[in-house]
Amino acid sequence: MASIIVAGRKREFHRISDSFWQYAVYIFGASSFLILFLIALFIVREGYPAFVKIGIWQFISGTTWDVADNIYGILPMIIGTLYVTIGALIISVPLGIFTAIFLTDVAPIKLRSAMRPAIELLVGIPSVVYGLVGMLILVPIIQKFGQGSGDSILAASIVLAVMVLPTIVSITEDSILAVPRSYREGALSLGATRWQMIWHVLIPAARPGIIASIILGMGRAIGETMAMIMVIGNSIIIPDSIFSSARTLTGTLALELKYAAGLHWNALFATGVVLFVLILILNSIGLIMLHGRSK
Amino acid sequence: MFTINRLKLILLPGISIFLLIVIGLTGCSQAAVPAGNGLIELRGTINEAGSTSVQPLAEMMAKAFMQKYPDVTVNISGGGSSAGVKAVAAGTVDIGAVSREILINEPDLITYCIARDGVAIVVHESNALTGINIENVAKIYAGEITNWKEVGGADERIVVISREEGSGTREVFDEFVIKPYHKKIKAGALFFDSNGAIRTKVSSEKNAIGYLSFGYIEGLKPLMLNNVAPTVENVQNGRYPIVRRLYFITKNIPSEPVRSFIDYCRSNEGQKIVESQGYIPIVKK
Repeated sequence: MASIIVAGRKREFHRISDSFWQYAVYIFGASSFLILFLIALFIVREGYPAFVKIGIWQFISGTTWDVADNIYGILPMIIGTLYVTIGALIISVPLGIFTAIFLTDVAPIKLRSAMRPAIELLVGIPSVVYGLVGMLILVPIIQKFGQGSGDSILAASIVLAVMVLPTIVSITEDSILAVPRSYREGALSLGATRWQMIWHVLIPAARPGIIASIILGMGRAIGETMAMIMVIGNSIIIPDSIFSSARTLTGTLALELKYAAGLHWNALFATGVVLFVLILILNSIGLIMLHGRSK
Repeated sequence: MFTINRLKLILLPGISIFLLIVIGLTGCSQAAVPAGNGLIELRGTINEAGSTSVQPLAEMMAKAFMQKYPDVTVNISGGGSSAGVKAVAAGTVDIGAVSREILINEPDLITYCIARDGVAIVVHESNALTGINIENVAKIYAGEITNWKEVGGADERIVVISREEGSGTREVFDEFVIKPYHKKIKAGALFFDSNGAIRTKVSSEKNAIGYLSFGYIEGLKPLMLNNVAPTVENVQNGRYPIVRRLYFITKNIPSEPVRSFIDYCRSNEGQKIVESQGYIPIVKK
């Protein structure tokens, strides 16, 4: 009789804790989405008055950002952000993909197990350290062998590329490793050379993952601020070469938000809205490429 | 209905909340306790943020103060004068540091002058120039003069370095150099966000010109302005033109240990530290 009661209590406990965990998971999931939604709402609410007072088109296409005269146009910053991001991807994507190929298919096991943690360590280094190294070492080098004072889009792209590289390498690596062995063996048995197998079979098969890694890397590149400010010069001009100083959207926010008030404050949050939209657009393009190509 | 299992579900979170409250309350303690021998024993944490011009001075004062009162922790950080004002007004720090006067559109805060400071125009050590007049500095920053040869230097393009908008040092520079000649700092200048960053940049770029607090001159060449050298004596006798007061600001009348720290900085001991760091002591009335 007692054992029946105990069994009944046990079942009761499992039933309750099961529903408890279901609700808990549901709540956590919903809160993540809710947090994102609330942040977006806050940014739009604070930035909205700037769009109204200045006009969306004037704001986005204006080339002057003058706090003293209350003129706000972010075209130089948009162009600066795009140049720097594209520059970073041009450097890091080929480098990352080839490093991943090297790690999965070319390197001897000892080298592989030494390199992999080293690359992942790069992720743990704080951005300020990258900025410092860039400022003290990279910028003088560019100054010596290039043009201008060294604080430039080139410096920013290189620093960003290093920061984005581990993401691209590790996700590409995982995608390549996920390709079924039958693909490799099939290609080799049909007479393909090793390189032909890698380039014509493995990489296309891993393409969805590679594109995903590029999207993630791009997201990090656009959002990076600390290291940017230290090597890019922050001039509010439309850059005309890779040696030109420039300002990014995130840089403007970081430099001026601390003390802004009134229309300036609204304009900065409007910049945040533009940044948000930019990331959404770029991510969508990436996702379209992802689903469009993978057959 | 109230099975033992349901009770457990309620008790667990209840106990953890209770524990959190207890731990939280132990963090609160008195900041100043009169000790037996008549001296006040100070304890607590003081958070300071704001001007990077004040920062090296504040750090030395904090160190000396913490040696005197080991139970007090003073945290000094930068961020720029305007960030300091905002942080104090918002209550996130106890003391804000500013290197300029409080502006009209900023909230009412209590200011305590702790030192005076000059702003020097600096160039790279190898630059041929030793002095310049203020109007030419304004023209350089406005982009009207773009080559060093126009002011007596080498035939090289001038690299113009400035601080960001919210900087107290920039505010002072604007007031004494730019505005009197009705100019504007050109958009093509390079902007950095601290005195330290300006120093690093000017010391690594041969053709740079920048401005920073006297406390950061080391390693660079400060220019004479209208034939007056940027020295402590010239600030004290009023000849050097770009001078400002450095303030600690608080939201309300400060309580201990903040009050004692500010008093310490303004005392003779604190003012000796001011002098040793290359700043100018406040004028004793």
